[in-house]
Amino acid sequence: MRKRKLAPKLTPGEAKERWADAHPPFSHDEYVHEANRCLYCYEAPCIVACPTQIDIPSFIKKIAFDDLKGSARTILEANPLGGSCARVCPTEVLCEGACVYNRWDRPPILIGRLQQVAMDHVFEEKYEPLPPEPKRPEKIAVVGAGPAGLSCAAVLARKGYGVTIYDAQEKAGGLNTYGVAMYKATPKYSLREVASIRKLGVRFRQGVRIGNRIKVSDLLSGNAAVFMGPGLGKETRLGIPGENLRGVMPALDFLEEIHVKPVDTVRAGNTVVIVGCGNTAIDAARAAKRLGATNVIVLYRRTENEMPAYQKEHDEAVAEGCEFRWLTNPVKIMGRGTVTGIRCVTMKLGAKDASGRRRPVPVKGSEHTIECDQVVYSIGQGVDTTFMAAIEGLKTDRKGLVRVNAESMETSVPRLFAGGDCINGGKEVVNAAQDGKVAANAINEMIKNAKGVPHDRSHS
Amino acid sequence: MTDLTADLAGIRSPNPFWLASGPPTNTEYQVARAFDAGWGGAVWKTVGEPIVNVSSRYSSVDLGGRRMMGLNNIELITDRTIEDNLREIESIKRTYPDHAVIVSLMVESKREVWHEIVKRSEDTGADGLELNFGCPHGMSERGMGSAVGQVPEYAEMITGWVKEVARTPVIAKLTPNVTDVRPIAQAAFRGGADAVSLINTINSITGVNLDTLVPSPTVAGLTSHGGYCGPAVKPIALNMVSSIAADPEAPIPISGIGGIEKWQDAAEFILLGSSNVQVCTAVMHYGFRIIEELTGGLATWMESKGFETIEDFRGKTVETVTNWNDLDLSYKVVAEIDRKTCINCKLCYIACEDGAHQSIELVKSKGEFWPKVMDDLCVGCNLCHLVCPVDGCIQMVEVDAGKGDTWKKRMAKLEG
Ligand SMILES: Cc1cc2nc3c(=O)[nH]c(=O)nc-3n(C[C@H](O)[C@H](O)[C@H](O)COP(=O)(O)OP(=O)(O)OC[C@H]3O[C@@H](n4cnc5c(N)ncnc54)[C@H](O)[C@@H]3O)c2cc1C
Ligand SMILES: Cc1cc2nc3c(=O)[nH]c(=O)nc-3n(C[C@H](O)[C@H](O)[C@H](O)COP(=O)(O)O)c2cc1C
Ligand code: SF4
Repeated sequence: MRKRKLAPKLTPGEAKERWADAHPPFSHDEYVHEANRCLYCYEAPCIVACPTQIDIPSFIKKIAFDDLKGSARTILEANPLGGSCARVCPTEVLCEGACVYNRWDRPPILIGRLQQVAMDHVFEEKYEPLPPEPKRPEKIAVVGAGPAGLSCAAVLARKGYGVTIYDAQEKAGGLNTYGVAMYKATPKYSLREVASIRKLGVRFRQGVRIGNRIKVSDLLSGNAAVFMGPGLGKETRLGIPGENLRGVMPALDFLEEIHVKPVDTVRAGNTVVIVGCGNTAIDAARAAKRLGATNVIVLYRRTENEMPAYQKEHDEAVAEGCEFRWLTNPVKIMGRGTVTGIRCVTMKLGAKDASGRRRPVPVKGSEHTIECDQVVYSIGQGVDTTFMAAIEGLKTDRKGLVRVNAESMETSVPRLFAGGDCINGGKEVVNAAQDGKVAANAINEMIKNAKGVPHDRSHS
Repeated sequence: MTDLTADLAGIRSPNPFWLASGPPTNTEYQVARAFDAGWGGAVWKTVGEPIVNVSSRYSSVDLGGRRMMGLNNIELITDRTIEDNLREIESIKRTYPDHAVIVSLMVESKREVWHEIVKRSEDTGADGLELNFGCPHGMSERGMGSAVGQVPEYAEMITGWVKEVARTPVIAKLTPNVTDVRPIAQAAFRGGADAVSLINTINSITGVNLDTLVPSPTVAGLTSHGGYCGPAVKPIALNMVSSIAADPEAPIPISGIGGIEKWQDAAEFILLGSSNVQVCTAVMHYGFRIIEELTGGLATWMESKGFETIEDFRGKTVETVTNWNDLDLSYKVVAEIDRKTCINCKLCYIACEDGAHQSIELVKSKGEFWPKVMDDLCVGCNLCHLVCPVDGCIQMVEVDAGKGDTWKKRMAKLEG
């Protein structure tokens, strides 16, 4: 029987090199040059393409004028999570994808990198570009310190509200701290952003899972409003034999381990099979490669055309040496105690299914085994249904996603707002940031209207 | 075969590119390197009684990441002795007999002092003299440089003293720090100058350091106004050159100077009447090697235009510069946007809307708003064409609107 092999051990130096920042900061010359390349389009398409509608030409012009503080202000006014977004946003399909330079067959402005310049300046110089308004008596509770919750809390704190965030994890930041690829943003970076939000007066209660001792209803009775951004729940299981063998794990757990331990102490298998081809699966594949795995094989039951992952992420994974096997579906994980291989069938594309994509069907007699030392799967993430079900009167959709009024993010429960992955099923940090901001503004309106205070005047 | 040979008032050089008087012509070592690289001539760094320079001497204006669009300096004339300079000039001339070597001079405004320096300079075998009437800083406080160049009578008088003894051609170098350069050129002509060269540097302060609140270049917490040159000054120089070229009271050869960095700049100076050109900042920026691109580009362009010699096109453009009152008021162009190459940045739209004549509208097509010129409202100002980042996307197209109506004619009709 095959013996489980671990990836060759990396020295701390090697590990450091492999996990190096994918976007090292621009020097002064570099950013002035890049900022000056921006055409300062009128009614610029990049603004429309940004889910938070940052006034991109304006923040870039300010960088060109060496006004990094003003630039950071413009960014944060639209996106309280401008820091992490600068690093983790899939800009090639958002702002940079809309840049008019693409039409001109020229490389688009590196908007993410420029945004990073302004935000790094804030974090390094440790100042607050948008200081809070005078304190208000109303209190708001936020469930979840992920991007959605943080964004909502930041906007409300700047308006003077007393905000408390309750979060189940040891550290705040949600997937920014525990999930996103570390060569885009490290947990340290995420925590710097959290610290800047704490400085606005937001209280963090980490390690508190709402729904256990404290319920959402308790929060609703003690606060003027409640926003929840609990994200999604656990990874969907594969549902095939052998899933409980040692060396088989969901991608989120695999990735979380690298986020909480020094990377040079984490050992991957020598051959790692990744099941699924979404962005999380690709993150896991690229992480396995960085941990030193000799072979990383991504299995997907459809083809490259149907993969949910971004093309750029796929291409970069290929460039880093990950192998993709299309039309390959696992049926059983092999091994005694520990994984030794994965049994697969070859698929072919049949008729279109409900999602409009051609449904993969097994090819008879195509079963084969891929020997491996680790299986990491990521085939989707559902909502934490027990948490949602316990909230009285909360309407969810077929998939368990929370229903909200798109204009205000208010749920079917009055004064309870929601946003982020729990309403969209898993999009990006920037969408969560936008939801949090919209909810915060709606909460502010709601409170002011209830008091009959004119919108444009705050009071203490 | 294209012949780049140039002739300024009888001073011949293998090509029209001379080094202007300045740091690149400080020493024999530099000028030899320049001639080896292919420069046609050199005007020596201005010779006179040695001065002392300050430390921290230059500052510049960058534009959109482009360094030194404009250069400012507070340097004075040479800080080496007259003997050292003249010895090296003599040596250079001996080694490079076919290149133009000119001695730039600035001395006290005394007849015998000028007589003496002219004689000593000509003893070197140099091809000509350039009288520095232009230096706008430092030297002018001592009654020299632009202090002379700004007063026609002084310029005429000193040129006259020089001509009393000079055997080689005399070039008067003019300052742009005057409201109209023509009276000075006329004065130099009356004084007997064989040519004029222009422009020298323009009085300037390039900016203020917003941390220290002192402008650059800073000398122990203070600065002094300097002289501005480099690409930024070219339009000013071109205008001054063309105004002298068109002036019947100053029928005198011109050596064009100011912001020349590309062969195109040189071609423009020559088209507007210069017999040759001089370059300083571009060499300070890129070194002598840039001469290769200058001569090569100019020759290729001349060939494509069928010009065999510099004389074939010198001054050809002068007569197209006329009085505003003679411009045809019935002539009309309108902007035309090419949808195929338009990248939809809408810069033309906002420029016309806020900065011109509200003649571009945004029209929805394929889910997007695109700029479209309203022909009847467009006045043909060119602004949109100028701001459009895509070459050739916005063209100004002539429309038939009659011919020959000018302001002058309208006035004449009213009066008559
Ligand atoms: C592996 C991975 C990589 C990703 N990479 C990117 C990327 O590169 N770029 C990008 O834009 N997006 C990326 N995303 C998506 C992005 O991370 C999410 O869209 C975003 O984090 C959603 O924010 P959220 O606030 O809704 O949820 P989360 O970030 O999931 O935060 C939810 C928080 O709520 C807490 N919580 C949950 N339930 C409770 C409860 N009952 N009581 C108290 N606290 C609770 C959780 O502990 C967590 O801290 C990635 C996602 C994954 C999984
Ligand atoms: C640092 C510096 C020193 C100069 N010194 C002199 C000088 O001694 N005599 C002179 O006639 N012009 C001097 N000039 C002016 C140049 O000869 C030239 O007229 C001017 O710089 C414009 O040309 P450009 O734009 O090619 O530099 C100097 C210019 C610079 C930048
Ligand atoms: S030429 Fe001037 S007036 Fe005409 S459309 Fe362009 S900017 Fe407007």
